[in-house]
Amino acid sequence: MNWLSNNLDLVLELTIQHLRLAVIPIVLGFIISVPLGYVAYRYRLTRGILLTIAGLLYTIPSLALLIVLPAITGISVFSDLNLIIALTIYAVAIMARSVADALASVDPGVRQAATAMGYSSWRRFWTVEFPLAGPVMLAGLRVVAVSTIALVTVGILVGVESLGYLFTNGFQRRILLEVLTGVVMTMVLALVVDFLLARVGRLVMPWSRPQRASQRQVAAATAEAVL
Amino acid sequence: MNLFLDAFLWLFSPDRLAGANAIPVRLGEHLFFTFFAFLIASAIAVPVGFLIGHTGKGREIAVAVSGAARALPSFGLILLLVMIIGVLQIAPAVTIALVLLAIPSILAGAYSGLEAVDRRTIDAARAVGMTEWQILTKVEIPLGLPLLISGMRSGMLQIVATATLAAYVGLGGLGYDILQGIAIRRYDQTLGGALVVVILALLLDTIFGILEHLVVPRGVRLGRTAGSGEKRTGRGSSRRPGVDGPEQAATASASLVGSGPS
Repeated sequence: MNWLSNNLDLVLELTIQHLRLAVIPIVLGFIISVPLGYVAYRYRLTRGILLTIAGLLYTIPSLALLIVLPAITGISVFSDLNLIIALTIYAVAIMARSVADALASVDPGVRQAATAMGYSSWRRFWTVEFPLAGPVMLAGLRVVAVSTIALVTVGILVGVESLGYLFTNGFQRRILLEVLTGVVMTMVLALVVDFLLARVGRLVMPWSRPQRASQRQVAAATAEAVL
Repeated sequence: MNLFLDAFLWLFSPDRLAGANAIPVRLGEHLFFTFFAFLIASAIAVPVGFLIGHTGKGREIAVAVSGAARALPSFGLILLLVMIIGVLQIAPAVTIALVLLAIPSILAGAYSGLEAVDRRTIDAARAVGMTEWQILTKVEIPLGLPLLISGMRSGMLQIVATATLAAYVGLGGLGYDILQGIAIRRYDQTLGGALVVVILALLLDTIFGILEHLVVPRGVRLGRTAGSGEKRTGRGSSRRPGVDGPEQAATASASLVGSGPS
């Protein structure tokens, strides 16, 4: 406990730095994914291409991506920006698919009703389809947020400091509590952000309150979505 | 592109085939730990997943476990386990970390595969007099196999990626060249090592992708071709009677994404 009480400032500072490194890719990833997801949802050809590329990017191990990216972008391997770009790529890889699925989950009847009432496609998208797709998009965003926060720690291997600093520093100094603090704080941060996203989602999207459905039905939906 | 050229020159230099740090040796180490951990993880997660899927019990726990696992920083877990189990026991410690990280995806694949089977199909199997064991082995498992393989695919990728990080604790593997290159500021070595990891991951992903298609039972495949017009109508359509509100779809898409990139 000694280490922790002596280093509370460090832990707090790293947590804030960690949050900063995670929030930028989460927000950027979402903003980039909306148009990409729309294109994937709207046109079948681009859907195949986009989702295949997303799947492949998602496959690349994080440490390898952090190394390969600078060779393409010219940015230093050891910079914050490099980590942020890598994490944004992962975020888009998950989120674009999620946005496409979310838009496809909107009831076609509602869409037709909006068109029949004379909504332009731009207005229909922002006032009808996007809000109704919100709950499914939020589910994707929560996955992105949690995995991004966990992934930030890998940055320490290329010198980008976050809570991951506690891993390597604690390991080198053989302070178990330091490594443990890093792991626990990363998880706490991820779970807090996840919880906040869920709460905010419920506030701004009152139509997303859960309806009753049997677990079997939900499971069946899960399965078919994967296939 | 010059950097890639340097990396390729490093990668294809004859030195890469000699000594303890030869690429084939590192690849061998990497694959050994990957497959070993994958086998153990499967041996644990598949039976448990089938049990959850068949009985419907314990699903909440499994969902909670996979949710929490997504938040677990894999690199931190490795270091933590190495420190707890002992610095002299690196291989077992890393293997345990890899197994722990792969279990949630495989488990999710196993139980969601079984749960996805149409209730009427199972009722029909029961009605024609199949025993519970027959229903499990002849109906549920074959129909749930594609989803299981899909879960195994994410589990495998999680292991491959995390095994790269294990070089930090001195286990070798393909991460060795990446970290060594960073330490001695040889970007060609780092990039060369990273490219091998990328190729390995893409290769394994492709193999599992093909496998996923191969295990679809013949009857299901025929049915799918016949009903393909209906299937194309989209995800929110009548094809999925279970999904009648955004929340269900949200839950669905949240749980289908494995444990995230690693």
